[in-house]
Amino acid sequence: MKFVDEYRNASEVQRIADVIHRVATQPWTMMEICGGQTHAIARFGLEELLPPGIELVHGPGCPVCVTPIEKIDLAVEIALLPNTIVCSYGDMLRVPGSRKDLLSAKSEGARVQAVYSPLDAVKLAEDNPDRQVVFFAVGFETTAPANALAVYTAKQRGLKNFSVLMAHVLVPPAMEALLSAPDNRVQAFLAAGHVCTIMGLSEYEVLVDRYRIPVVVTGFEPVDILLGVLGCLRQLEEGRAELENAYERVVQPEGNETARRMMYEVFAVGDREWRGMGVIPLSGLQLNEAYAEFDAESRFTLSERCEPLPTPCIAGQILRGLKKPHECPVFGTNCNPEHPLGAPMVSSEGACAAYYSYRRVSP
Amino acid sequence: MNLSCPIPLTNYPRVLLAHGGGGTLMRGLIDVMFSAAFGDLGLQTDTDAALFPPTEGGLALTTDSFVVHPLFFPGGDIGRLAIHGTVNDLATVGAVNGRLTCSFILEEGLPMEDLWRVVRSMAEAAREAGVAIVTGDTKVVDRGHGHGIYINTAGVGEVRHGLDLSPKSIRAGDVMVVNGDIGRHGVAIVAQREGLDFETVIETDSAPLNGLVAAWLAAGIRVRCLRDITRGGLAAVLHELAGAGGLAYHLVEAQVPVREDVMSVCELLGFDPLHIACEGRMLAVVAAEDADRAVTVAQTEAVGEGATVIGTVIERDVVPVTMRSRSGASRVVSMLSGEPLPRIC
Repeated sequence: MKFVDEYRNASEVQRIADVIHRVATQPWTMMEICGGQTHAIARFGLEELLPPGIELVHGPGCPVCVTPIEKIDLAVEIALLPNTIVCSYGDMLRVPGSRKDLLSAKSEGARVQAVYSPLDAVKLAEDNPDRQVVFFAVGFETTAPANALAVYTAKQRGLKNFSVLMAHVLVPPAMEALLSAPDNRVQAFLAAGHVCTIMGLSEYEVLVDRYRIPVVVTGFEPVDILLGVLGCLRQLEEGRAELENAYERVVQPEGNETARRMMYEVFAVGDREWRGMGVIPLSGLQLNEAYAEFDAESRFTLSERCEPLPTPCIAGQILRGLKKPHECPVFGTNCNPEHPLGAPMVSSEGACAAYYSYRRVSP
Repeated sequence: MNLSCPIPLTNYPRVLLAHGGGGTLMRGLIDVMFSAAFGDLGLQTDTDAALFPPTEGGLALTTDSFVVHPLFFPGGDIGRLAIHGTVNDLATVGAVNGRLTCSFILEEGLPMEDLWRVVRSMAEAAREAGVAIVTGDTKVVDRGHGHGIYINTAGVGEVRHGLDLSPKSIRAGDVMVVNGDIGRHGVAIVAQREGLDFETVIETDSAPLNGLVAAWLAAGIRVRCLRDITRGGLAAVLHELAGAGGLAYHLVEAQVPVREDVMSVCELLGFDPLHIACEGRMLAVVAAEDADRAVTVAQTEAVGEGATVIGTVIERDVVPVTMRSRSGASRVVSMLSGEPLPRIC
């Protein structure tokens, strides 16, 4: 398959891995931000190809995983009301709230639907004028413009039965939160290529300058990821801290201005809670004033906040790169994709789920 | 066979509750539609149970229900699937001379034309596979309580080969063969169900596999075990075998055939083709020395043109199913958890 095969080519992968082995003279710890990258690293077994001292820790870049439990509880409650439809991307439907997930609500009679495009949610509202259609809008900067377009379209068409439950998060503030934590051990970042496709590079210049840390914008195929690792490694070995783009075939320095314009037409930046990490200032998107009428949280409120059950899960430490999934006492035993106890096991993009799917050492 | 619907559409353009009520409408449906379609396939309408002469060898019995939605999809429909599914289950134990039952659960209001299309396609599929449809049943449920048509087919077949084709016959060193590219059926259904448009239409791989198995056995291939790859995909089949036999299964990604258009859909939606259902694909575990011949013999059959070796059976270490990826590293192959759902990014 074009644009895939050449970036999974075994001899090219091995060639870059060999260079990495030659360049590395000491241990380094780097973090890939995006869950898509974590998934690919586990799926293609890339860690096996690295020298023992080069450690990849997995970042908080799974927007589904970090969605606060109260938002999921609210989505479940809305879905169980008469005359509603809750729709979202497939992943989101099986993320457990404090008591159940959306697919279980569906089995109790709720109308819950997976959509492939946010505009399908708008169409669902048009086709079901007697129902309130709530789109659970989740994602990083990558999915924000399309989700914004859905709200924009709903407003243009004067839809009164469409709203969005906002669970959008932004990458640079999370990176900053990790870097400013006293126990941080990340020495370089593989930045999320698709986020940069929209946002461009300028936000990362600021981080590089402020924290003197190498940041390499990285893609999602094995060759891309190893080039990201090599880029970080060269900078670390040479004592440099620069912003580098190893995903030039997709990411333009200025990003996608049209997409950003749509995003800020509808959304504004605000504080956001990340499941497993707490509140990070200015790390989320919410609807701005002009579109506030489409906020599902102003139409529906959570009736009762359930205290989550106590758990030995170490999700917070995993999301901050302090521990690896298999270091958790319940990984693969009490916690698995059918019964996730923590954020990184809930979506296939989460670090624990990726380890469980591809790397588990015991059955 | 007459290709137009034998039930006068002007009288009954849609299925009524009475078509399952045991009265004249139901009798009409059996006499005019089912007999017309299945009459030359051995349908016995005079008795409540079908009768067979004594058989040599053992008997194999299987049953399967079909609830696929949509009813019609590229390359097939629920009717063909209902025949192929049961034929293939019988094929996994090397049974021959298959006789099938066919039960319909119809939803009130179903267009009669749709039922006729499905019935006709079942007859065609049974004829192609060389199996009989000997008896059946029809029920009609209230509108809103079904998805148009549900079908159950059960089948009996005769086992004359004297081999043990269960997982306990598998030995370390044996080789895994499939008869063609995997994942096409599941992707065809998802694309149709979700209205995803791609440049090419992806058709189901649904096909009868009894001829293929007969060819392997006739050629004297030392077949250890057979499994048709359906829900849960190849990964589920290998986990079942591993669970039953205590051995481990090692795939080579570069050898597992996946069509480019199927791979594109999987990449786009975040599916693993190893988790996607097929309806015309058999995994055969064969003795290593017979692997090449198993492939050659399969390639003489239409359903086996894409046959190939995909991996080997090894002693169990810790992980039951692994795969050597194209980039050279090994990874665990897990069973799908839940339904395959598209990832968000």
